[in-house]
Amino acid sequence: MSLFLIAALPFIGAVFPALLIRAGRNAASFSAGLTTLLAFVGLMINAPAVLRGETIHARLDWLPGLGLNANFFLDGLGLLFATLILGIGLLIILYARFYLSREDPMGQFYSYLLLFQGAMVGIVLSDNILLLLVFWELTSLSSFLLIGYWKHLPEGRQGARMALAVTGSGGLAMIGGMLILGNIVGSYDLTVILQNKELIQASPLYLPALILILLGCFTKSAQFPFHFWLPHAMAAPTPVSAYLHSATMVKAGLFLMARMWPVLSGTPEWFYIVATTGLVTMVVGAVIALFKDDLKALLAFSTVSHLGLITMLLGFGTKVAAVAAVFHIINHATFKAALFMSAGIVDHEAHTRDIKRLGGLRHLMPITFTIALIASLSMAGIPPLNGFLSKEMMLEAAFHTTWAGSHWVIPGLAVLAALFSAAYSFRFIVHVFLGPKRHDYPTHPHDPGAGMWIGPALLVVLVVMIGLFSSPVAGPMVSTAAQAVIGGELPYFKLKLWHGLTPALYMSIGAVAGGAILLMLHARLEAIWNALPRPEAKTIFDAIIGAATRLANSVTDALHNGSMTRYGAIFVVFVAALSSYAYATGTLGDPTRAVQAAGPLHLVAWACLVAATLGILALHHQRILALVLIGVVGLVVSLGFNYLSAPDLALTQISVEVVTIILMLLALNFMPKETPRESSGGRKLRDAVIAIVGGTGVGALIYALMTRDFLFPTISEFHLANSYKGGGGTNVVNVILVDFRGFDTFGEIIVLGIAAIVIYALTETILNSRVRARLLNRQPDMPQAGDAHPLMMVVATRVMMPIALMVGAYIFFRGHNLPGGGFIAGLVAAIALIMQYMASGFAWATERQRFYYHGIIGAGVLVAAATGIGAWFNDKPFLTSAFGYVHPPYLNEFELATAALFDLGVFLAVVGAVLLALESLARFAWQPGMSTEHAMDINPARDDAPETVNIENVKEV
Amino acid sequence: MIAYAVTFAFTCFGAALLMNFWKVATSKDLGDRILALDTMFINAIAVMVLYGLAIGTEMYFEAAMIIAMLGFISTVAYARFVLRGNIIE
Repeated sequence: MSLFLIAALPFIGAVFPALLIRAGRNAASFSAGLTTLLAFVGLMINAPAVLRGETIHARLDWLPGLGLNANFFLDGLGLLFATLILGIGLLIILYARFYLSREDPMGQFYSYLLLFQGAMVGIVLSDNILLLLVFWELTSLSSFLLIGYWKHLPEGRQGARMALAVTGSGGLAMIGGMLILGNIVGSYDLTVILQNKELIQASPLYLPALILILLGCFTKSAQFPFHFWLPHAMAAPTPVSAYLHSATMVKAGLFLMARMWPVLSGTPEWFYIVATTGLVTMVVGAVIALFKDDLKALLAFSTVSHLGLITMLLGFGTKVAAVAAVFHIINHATFKAALFMSAGIVDHEAHTRDIKRLGGLRHLMPITFTIALIASLSMAGIPPLNGFLSKEMMLEAAFHTTWAGSHWVIPGLAVLAALFSAAYSFRFIVHVFLGPKRHDYPTHPHDPGAGMWIGPALLVVLVVMIGLFSSPVAGPMVSTAAQAVIGGELPYFKLKLWHGLTPALYMSIGAVAGGAILLMLHARLEAIWNALPRPEAKTIFDAIIGAATRLANSVTDALHNGSMTRYGAIFVVFVAALSSYAYATGTLGDPTRAVQAAGPLHLVAWACLVAATLGILALHHQRILALVLIGVVGLVVSLGFNYLSAPDLALTQISVEVVTIILMLLALNFMPKETPRESSGGRKLRDAVIAIVGGTGVGALIYALMTRDFLFPTISEFHLANSYKGGGGTNVVNVILVDFRGFDTFGEIIVLGIAAIVIYALTETILNSRVRARLLNRQPDMPQAGDAHPLMMVVATRVMMPIALMVGAYIFFRGHNLPGGGFIAGLVAAIALIMQYMASGFAWATERQRFYYHGIIGAGVLVAAATGIGAWFNDKPFLTSAFGYVHPPYLNEFELATAALFDLGVFLAVVGAVLLALESLARFAWQPGMSTEHAMDINPARDDAPETVNIENVKEV
Repeated sequence: MIAYAVTFAFTCFGAALLMNFWKVATSKDLGDRILALDTMFINAIAVMVLYGLAIGTEMYFEAAMIIAMLGFISTVAYARFVLRGNIIE
C-alpha cells in the first residue's frame, strides 16, 4: 500500500465516527477500527521489504519553492513506530468502546483519536522536516482535544491547556531549530540531512539548532523540567492516557531524537544535554512515582522516568546504547499501555483509583490481577519478562559511561532510579491487588467483559513472548530499527536473558532487592516525603502563564484600548516616521511630468471638497449634519473618479455611498444626536498636529507620484496588454477582479460573507440578552411624523424596483468589457431591495423574503468555487477562466466567459452580505405594534382605509 | 457651436454646485440642507453627462444613471430619518 494512503487513512477515517455515531456506538467504533486496521495491514504489506533492509519512498512535490514536499519514507525506525501507533491504536479503539460510558460523545472521541493517530503516523513517516513539523503541531492540537475530552471537568480543561502550552511552545522552538538545520544543509529532506553529519556538526549554528530541536523533543517527551504537564494530562479518559501518554505522543520526542541521532549525536554537547536531562528525569520521575496515591499519577511519573531512561540511552551516543533505547521503546510501550489499561479497568470497576482506598483486588478481579502483575513485574525488571532485558542493557551501558570524569555518577543514579522503579512497580501490585479483601469500595468491583481486558491481555502476551524468545520475536524489528537510528553498521548485541555474571546483573539484583525494602518502609518514607517542602509545578506554571498573560494584556491594552483616535494616532505617527526615514535615506528624482492647469470646474469641485471636509471638522458634534457633509464628499470623489478615467471606481463609490448612508442612519437612530465634548485643548492641539502631518504627508506623496513617471515597468502595463488577449475582456478592472486576481476576489467574498454573518450573530446575541427589553420599551428621542409607510414612497419604490434590477442586470452583463461587474450590480440590486424595506417596513418585507440571506451568501461562494473548480476538469489550475464567442442566429456575436459565472458568485455574495447586514441592524428597531399587514398605511384602494391606520404609530408632533 | 454650449452649461452647473453647497453648509434647517444635497446630486449628473459630451464618450452615462437612480434613495433615507427617526420600521 502506498505510504500516502497509510498516512492519509486515519485522517479520512476521522470523518466516519463523527457521522456514524448516529447509527450507534458500535458503528462508530467499528468504522474507527476498520480504517486503523486497513492502515495497519497496509503497513504490514510493506514490512517484509523494510525488514530486508530496504527503504520505501513516496515523493510528491507540494511547495517546492519553499522546500516543503510531501515526501514520505519508511525505514526500520518508521516501521517500528508506525507499528506501535497503529497496533496499539487498534487495541485502544477496542478498549475505549467498552470504557466510555453512554453519556460520553463517542463519535467525537474516535474522530479526535484518529486525527491524532494520523498526525503521529505522519510524523514517523515524514521525509521532509517541514512536513514533519506540520504533523508535529497536529499532534499537539489533537492531543489537546483528547486530553480535554471530558469538557465538564475543570482538571481536564486545565490539563489540556497546560499540555498545549508546554508542547506547543516546544514545537515553536523546534520550528526554529529545524529551519536552521535545513538552512545548514540546504535541503529540508530528511534523507539528505541525515547524510550530512560533518557539515551540520561543523556549523557554528549546530548548538543553537540542537538546543531548539531538543526543546521540542524534551517538552513533547515530558523531560525534566518540562515533565509536569504529563501527570496533569491524566485527567483525560484512560484510553487516551494509555495511547498518548505511554505508547505514542510522548514517544514522538524520543522518535525525533532517534531520527536525528546519526547527525546530531556524538558530540559532547549532545552527551551532556541529552544524557544529563534523561538521567535527571529518570531519577526524579521514579522517586515521585513512588509517593503518588493516584494510580494514573503513579503510572504517569513512571512514564516520565522511563522516557528519561530512553533519552539517557540516546544521549550516551554509543551504538549499543542506541540499540538498548530502541528495544526499551518497544518494551515500555507494551507493558505501560497494558498497565494504563489495567488502571483504567480498576477505576472503571471500583470507581476509585486512589491506592489508599484499594487493596485485595486479586480475589475480586483475577484476570485484571494477572495482567497487571505480569506488566508491573516487567516494569520492575524481573526476569524473564521483557522489561528485564532492556533494563539489563541500560545498566550495562550506564556502567561503561563516565560523566565529567566520574565513573560513579551515571551507574549510581541509574541503579537508584531502577531501585525506585522496582519499588513503585511492586507497590502497584501489593497495595492494589494483594492484601486483605476490602468491602468498602464505592461499587463492588469485578472483572470487566472481554472487550476491555483483551487489549491489555494481548500486550501482556507480548511482554512474556519478547522476554522468553527475545531474538526470534523482537530481534528483526530491533535490528532494522536500530540500524535506521545508527545509520551504519550495527554493533554486536544479543537479545537474551542470561548474559552471565555481569556487573549489570548485580546492579539489577541490588535494585530489585532495594525496591522491595523501600516498599516495606513505604509508610515511614511517605511521612518524611509529605513533610518535605516541594515545589509545586502547577503553581509555578500558573504563575508564569499569569505573568505572560498580564504582560500581553498590558501591551495590548496600551495599543488597543477601544479608542479610534488612539489607533489613528498610532498608525499615522508610525507611518509618518517610517516614510520620513524613507524620504531621508532614499533618493527622489526630478519631476518628469508637467503640472496641468486647473479649470474653473475643477476649482468648484475642489472648493466643495475642501469646504465640506472643513465643515465636517467644525460640525462633527452634530452627527446628522456631519453625515450630510460626508454625502458631499462622496459625490465630489465620485465625480473625481469619473474625471480621472476610473468609471468603475465611480460606479462603486456611488453605490457604496448610498449603502453607507443607510447603514449610518440605522445606527444613528440609537445614538445621541450630538457627540459629547470631551477633548481638552492640549489634546486637540496634539491631534491636530498629528492629523496635519499625516494629511500633508499623504498629499506630498501623491503629488510626488503624479508628477513623475515610474522608473520601472508597472504591473498595469501587463494587465493592459493581457486583459483582452488572456482574459477575454476589455474592462481591465473587471478582468483583474475576476481573472488575474480571481483568488483574491474569492477570498474577499468569503470574508464579506463572514463579516455579514458575524453582524447577524452579534445582533442575535444582543437581541437575546437583557438589552431586548430596553429596545422594546424604547421611546423615540425626536417627535415622529404621522405616516410610517407613506403611499407616495411605496408607489415610487415599487416602480423603481424592476428598473433598478434591470439596471443591475445590465451593469452585471456589460461588466466584462465596459465599466460594471458583479460587485456594483450586487450593490444596485441590494439597494433596490432595501428601498422596499424602507417603504413598507421591516416586517412586511421580511414576510415576502423567500430565500435566507445566509443562503444567498453561501450560494455565491459556492458558485464562485464551482466555477474555479471547473478549471480542474480541463487540467488547468483553480480559477483559470475560459471564454469563447458565439453567433446565435438573428443576434450579434457575443462572448461567453466562465469569468461571468464567477462574477455571478460575487454578485450573490454581495447582495446577501449587504442585505443581511442592513437587515440585522434594522431588527434592533422592531417594536410590537408595527404594522405588518399592509404595504402602506393609507391606501385609497382599500375600503376600510381610514380605520386601518395604526393609531399606536401616530404620535403627536 | 457645441463647444460654446458645453462651456456655457459647465459654467452654469458649476455655479449651481457652488450655490447648492453654500446651502448645504449654511442652512438653518436640516430639511433645506438635505434638499440642497439632493440638488447637488442632480447637478452632478449634469456635469458628468456634459463632460461626456465635451470629450465625446458614452463612458460616463452609467455613472450618471446610477446617481440618478440611487441618489434619491439617500435623500429618502435622510428624510425618513428626520421624520421618523427609524428608516426601516
